[in-house]
Amino acid sequence: MMAESTLLTATWVIPFLIALFTIFIPKENDSSIKRFNLIGSGINLSLVIYLTVRFVNAMHAGLGDANGLYFAKKVPWFGKLNIEYNIGVDGISILMMLLTGIVVFCGVLASWGLKDQTKEFFIMLNILVAGVFGVFISFDLFTFFLFYEVAVLPMYLLIGLWGTGKKEYAAMKLTLMLVGGSALILAGILGLYFEANSFDIMVIAQTNLPESFQYWAFPALFLGFGILGALFPFHTWSPDGHASAPTAVSMLHAGVLMKLGGYGCLRVAIFLCPEGCNEWMSVFLILTTINICYGAFAAIKQTDLKYVTAYSSVSHCGFVLFAFAAMTQTAFQGAVLQMISHGLMTALFFCLIGMIYGRTHTRIMGDMGGLMQRIPFLGVAFIIAGLASLGLPGLSGFVAEVTIFVGAFENGNIVNRVCTVLAILSIVVTAVYVLRAANQMLMGPLNPEFEKLEDATYIEKIPVIILLFCLFAFGISPGWIIEIVNHSIEPIFKAVGR
Amino acid sequence: MSDVYSYSWLILVAPFIAFLVNSLWLGKKNWKAAAGLSTFAMAGSAVYSIKIAFDFFTQLPAQKHIIAWQYNWLEFNDTLTAKIGCLLDPISVMMLVVITVIATMVNIYSIGYMKDDPSAGRFFGTLSLFCFSMLGLVVATNLIQIYVFWELVGVSSYLLIGFWYTKPSAVAASKKAFIVTRFADAFFLLGIIITGYVLKTFDFIDINSLQAADSMNHIVSVGFLTVNVLTVSTILIFIGGWGKSAMFPLHIWLPDAMEGPTPVSSIIHSATMVVAGIFLTARLFTIFSFSFVTLDIIAAVGCFTALFAAVIACTQSDIKRILAFSTLSQLGYMMFSLGVTHDISGDEGINILGFQASMFHVFTHAFFKCMLFLMAGAVIHAVHTNDIWKMGGLRKKMPFTYWSTLAACLAIGGIPPLSGFWSKDEILLASFLSGHNIIGSIGLIVGGLTAFYMFRLFFVTFHGELKESGQHAHEDKWMTTPIVLLAIPTIGIGWIAKSYFLGSFTPLGHIAQIESPHHLTWLPIVASIMGVSGLIIAWVLYGKGNYKTATALSEKFGKSYTVIKNKFYIDEIYLHITHKIIFDKVAAPIKWFDSNIVDGFMNFVGWVLHLFGKLVRFSQNGQIQLYIGTMFLGFFLIYFIYKVAA
Repeated sequence: MMAESTLLTATWVIPFLIALFTIFIPKENDSSIKRFNLIGSGINLSLVIYLTVRFVNAMHAGLGDANGLYFAKKVPWFGKLNIEYNIGVDGISILMMLLTGIVVFCGVLASWGLKDQTKEFFIMLNILVAGVFGVFISFDLFTFFLFYEVAVLPMYLLIGLWGTGKKEYAAMKLTLMLVGGSALILAGILGLYFEANSFDIMVIAQTNLPESFQYWAFPALFLGFGILGALFPFHTWSPDGHASAPTAVSMLHAGVLMKLGGYGCLRVAIFLCPEGCNEWMSVFLILTTINICYGAFAAIKQTDLKYVTAYSSVSHCGFVLFAFAAMTQTAFQGAVLQMISHGLMTALFFCLIGMIYGRTHTRIMGDMGGLMQRIPFLGVAFIIAGLASLGLPGLSGFVAEVTIFVGAFENGNIVNRVCTVLAILSIVVTAVYVLRAANQMLMGPLNPEFEKLEDATYIEKIPVIILLFCLFAFGISPGWIIEIVNHSIEPIFKAVGR
Repeated sequence: MSDVYSYSWLILVAPFIAFLVNSLWLGKKNWKAAAGLSTFAMAGSAVYSIKIAFDFFTQLPAQKHIIAWQYNWLEFNDTLTAKIGCLLDPISVMMLVVITVIATMVNIYSIGYMKDDPSAGRFFGTLSLFCFSMLGLVVATNLIQIYVFWELVGVSSYLLIGFWYTKPSAVAASKKAFIVTRFADAFFLLGIIITGYVLKTFDFIDINSLQAADSMNHIVSVGFLTVNVLTVSTILIFIGGWGKSAMFPLHIWLPDAMEGPTPVSSIIHSATMVVAGIFLTARLFTIFSFSFVTLDIIAAVGCFTALFAAVIACTQSDIKRILAFSTLSQLGYMMFSLGVTHDISGDEGINILGFQASMFHVFTHAFFKCMLFLMAGAVIHAVHTNDIWKMGGLRKKMPFTYWSTLAACLAIGGIPPLSGFWSKDEILLASFLSGHNIIGSIGLIVGGLTAFYMFRLFFVTFHGELKESGQHAHEDKWMTTPIVLLAIPTIGIGWIAKSYFLGSFTPLGHIAQIESPHHLTWLPIVASIMGVSGLIIAWVLYGKGNYKTATALSEKFGKSYTVIKNKFYIDEIYLHITHKIIFDKVAAPIKWFDSNIVDGFMNFVGWVLHLFGKLVRFSQNGQIQLYIGTMFLGFFLIYFIYKVAA
């Protein structure tokens, strides 16, 4: 097991090293910076794919430890406080890492056209990526939180410096709200530490924490992570943030970073405070149902393409948290599937919007029109992404959503049933905003202003094709992903059902 | 199991490959090769389907159904699994034949119809996807699979209706079709999930059983409501079919769907898409039949749509719109036929004649309706207008089309011995036998109306004087061939197929059937009289190229004529609801609420913190005097408090 756990560490060390080495590349040497970063993220992606394959093999061989962890390793770090460098993966984290690897690779390709301060941009980006990978392999709350902050904070600079529009305002709002969430998380984590006298997630999970403690710790943790997962009414950083962020950052942020929220909710809030979870879930159920419907309705009336996508993200991430709140094993499974599906889908959306914006220099849908005639490749990809978003079978969104619906309905509680019905009916609204966006932008007579647009270049086509491939692969044969998810959801769900 | 069945996946794979190759590669390079590939793939599937049908009906399996192949696709949990498979039973085998044959004809026709279109390659690719989806739908073994292909049918129809995407009306129509059917699908999905939850299975074979009905047939109180699970879930599932089969009031997408190329309308109206709703109801017929409430709703909705659409069809002037409303009306027949299967006196037991008749009508209708649309396309191609009043006298210019259309109009008008007469007669028979006399009588009247509006169209288009627009009309060989070929089943298939439908067509699963006499002597005579009188009235009003009487008549009805001609303003009502209520009264306030209240609150918090910071900054102004002064003040305060406390 030695080798794999070292490789796990490598997943966050490599981006960190890329950031470090990028410092030494001369600023003027723009294209070598990009190539170097592309190779680096390519290596990391291959590493993650290799790890996933090893994970599947290990899972079939039944090599996991008693807690269902694979490739686990513990190194004491700060003995007095019981802080350890404690890593490992289960099915959920390995899939999240795979998602991150794919989105990062595509994100680097999507930033190929970046001209401004390329060096600093990629340094920041890689620090962020290192943080994300670190979170997914950490099973020690201290390092978990450390990496979490490393992942969240570079966003401020990335949006504030390379963004567009009201970028300072958006960056400030996003960072402050997320840091507010972090404060809640920190309070929760410290509480857990003092109750269980350990930072080890698996140790805490086996401790019977007093109910009175869980009663306050759970909402703090769930809200804290929920802010990053765009929980209503703390979602407002998301539209402004996404709209102002540069392409690759939007992709990473919506595709991966928001998943840290969902992941944290599951891994820390629900897993460690199951009784608090049982107490509080009806509140969050209602909030997340509002998320789903409200996000969808708000998206209908938007005029800016990025705002439509951002609000659809609010709605779709709402599905993740909604599934947690439904509290059945199938729903949990659906939540993880939705995280992956949404990650791929929004990454593709923002990637395409970036490319379209780079051509039209407007994101207002009403100003476009008939673009399909000029940019058929991007147009078709946009429509496919939209269809994935409205849950068309054959694409990833359907698999995730239908699993969530089936799972949510298993919970017999009456409030739960009503919320599930509302969530199911929201798929109509999704169809409305997706088709509205596609029609306004791509269909109809061509706006003469855009007579000379060029379709995607080869470099631009690569990330789009990779993401499209993943959407289809996931949607058509979801079996292996579901097997991995199911394998790891069971222990977590048992904690809740206890 | 014989190899013929286990290789039945070939039927699905052939059009799918045609879709992939044409959309990804061949379509842009060479549209003729793309058309050839699609047609060839469809024809191959058709041959194979006919072979399967031949084997199936000559050697009916004991259970009357076969699962040819099946594998697990999506495992929700230990008990619930969604599968992808192929269920062959009389109705799915029949549908396979109908879809593949019609699709082949439409493909051949499209070679002529699309020859001047620059994106013909894309057309053939999408058309193959459409057929693939519909084929997957009819062989579905379970609810999830049918939903999967159901949505694929929806999206491929969206792509085809909006095929000419630079035309705003086509874009609007495609969006309307998708969203209206999607609205129904949301309820369908809800029904699926409830059924799956209660029965712990999605498989049709398990659902269509007495045990399933028993375990669903119980009352649950949901808050203040008490509902029967069986009734609720069957109605929810039926709503899916309601939307897809364009029953009133979800019919509004279908007349607009003619914005697509005419071959698309042809296939949508005959073999794919709209029949899906009827098929779904027939597929779940056994479980539906345990809930009389559901059956009654099906009958009422179908019957009303049949009448409603027929009345509208009498006033329209767009050739495709007339045909679209006639489809609605005929779908109404198929739908209420499934609903009138239980005896009105309330006896337990089901007379499956209605089921058989409905499937029979699906079968016969597919051929003549497909041909009618192909005819409309050919006529529009020849005269470059959709308006029947601008046509006329095309009889001489388009003789093959003329005679084929005559056969189709006779068939749809229910005039013996053409195919439509036989199936419609069975539907009416089923209604009268089960005591649904009102529905049966409406069916008879609609039969008369049908003959009237179809012959109105026929006479106005083909008889009378040749108008300006028709001077250069001619027939294209690619387009005329399928029209003539389709005339053969239109004329003859009725009495040939009747015995098969009445003999071997039974719903999936076991039903407690009641036996009843298989004919009423007066019915075929009355039905024929209705049809013929419709024809005669049309001849009197429109046959001689002189429309004075007709115009006078429409003026006499004045207001009500206008209301009907405007399709009872249903579209306007929808527009009002979506734009004025949903967009302006729901979505806009939510947007406002989000940017002003929710976000405003966040900004307010930021502002308060900012203000607080400002105050603090005021005290940190760097003047040493202030700091010392404050310090002394603090000392003094502490001392004072200490003193007071002591």
